[in-house]
Amino acid sequence: MIEIKDIYKSFSGNNVLKGISGKFEEGVTNLIIGGSGSGKTTLLKCMVGLHQPDSGSVLYDGRDFTPMSYEQRIEVRKEIGMLFQGSALFDSMTVEENIMFPLNMFTDQTRSEKIDRVNFCLERVNLAGKNKLFPAELSGGMKKRVGIARAISMNPKYLFCDEPNSGLDPKTSIVIDELIQEITEEYKTTTIVVTHDMNSVMGIGDYILFLHEGKKFWEGSNKEIAHTDIKELNDFVFASRFMKAAKDKF
Amino acid sequence: MNFTNFGRYILLLKSVFRRPEKLKIYLKEIAKQMDYVGVGSLGLIAIISTFIGAVMTLQIAFQLVSDFIPKTIIGSVNRDSSILELSPTISAIVLAGKIGSAISSEIGSMRVTEQIDALEIMGINAPGYLILPKIISGITMVPMLVIISMFLSITGGYIGGSVSGAVTPAEYIQGITTDFNPYTITVALVKAFVFGFIITSVPAYEGFYVRGGALEVSQASTRAVVISCISILACDYIVTQLLL
Repeated sequence: MIEIKDIYKSFSGNNVLKGISGKFEEGVTNLIIGGSGSGKTTLLKCMVGLHQPDSGSVLYDGRDFTPMSYEQRIEVRKEIGMLFQGSALFDSMTVEENIMFPLNMFTDQTRSEKIDRVNFCLERVNLAGKNKLFPAELSGGMKKRVGIARAISMNPKYLFCDEPNSGLDPKTSIVIDELIQEITEEYKTTTIVVTHDMNSVMGIGDYILFLHEGKKFWEGSNKEIAHTDIKELNDFVFASRFMKAAKDKF
Repeated sequence: MNFTNFGRYILLLKSVFRRPEKLKIYLKEIAKQMDYVGVGSLGLIAIISTFIGAVMTLQIAFQLVSDFIPKTIIGSVNRDSSILELSPTISAIVLAGKIGSAISSEIGSMRVTEQIDALEIMGINAPGYLILPKIISGITMVPMLVIISMFLSITGGYIGGSVSGAVTPAEYIQGITTDFNPYTITVALVKAFVFGFIITSVPAYEGFYVRGGALEVSQASTRAVVISCISILACDYIVTQLLL
């Protein structure tokens, strides 16, 4: 479980996060949603330590991450897997080398054990046999799946996904969403997905935290989201004509 | 580079020299970078050094108008200029353009595509993994390239002098072997070591802190080369002042 308490973050006097708190349980898909500039990616980066919050704390199963030393953070980070918006695969490495990279760095496995693990991860994301391809040879959806394979290669306890569906067609987006949900349930990871994709919200949002202008406006599940009377949330979720038309059916 | 940037540069270097997570992987990366910096630059350095040596001989001969000065001096001046100044400094400036821009672009691209964030999230010391192998390859391979450059520059002078008739081979050989002070080699290697550090660390710094996209990466690359060249010339003066 990850708990955030009263997170504040500002950049050059601009307050981006204004006291965000929340609890993200393990084995369920937790979503952070909000419009552009609402602070969701900043919150994610504060949680993983890419940004240092001005105040507040991030607790990984009770361990306060924010005041930790560099060495202590390394130990927590070994338990984190992250899928980036642009996949962030290493250009100079093949798919196999990308997935094997954390294993090379932090395990003493033999080469054959590592190859087995790579093949397992690739099979898990339905990319078996793509070991020797370079990121430049992959489609956007395949890159995301390799990103997931790399993120799960070390059996992470915590999985973070930053806009996993950005730039993908609706069908591939659903494949990625389902994959994230399956992995979460299978490995009992604490999964946090930052998104503004409504299909993801309705499809996999077990717990949703809605941010608006750097504040937490609402939290709940995808079953509850259609039945709130919070204007900002309704404006965000039901912005499109399709969603407006579909609202009554939820 | 203003004081804020200089402070950040020092802090980055502090992170670079943290203990590596796995030495074997770092050694592999160092070997790769040595190949790129050393072997990859050999052809360019060889061509430039040979021509500079040849041109130097012709120009020294052109300026020696007095019959009271023996022509052997052409070899001596060429030797000392090549060893002390031309080989280390010109090589370093050329390498700053070739290697410096490549380092800055590579690391900058990794920054804007979140690859550096990915390393950090994995628990890897990104400055150490990305920059340390480059610095080690710089401080080891640049002195080696400078040694080769010295040899080729002096050889180029020999060829230029012989082909043009500006100096006979015997006079040139006599010149380069007369009154040789081995200390000049030490000075040149100290310069090469310092330049190797600058050529790799300054562009790495510029690339590491890039914010934005492709435009900012290219701007960082240009800035890296300019700052490296200025730093090389400034350090050239300081080292010369201190050691000679």
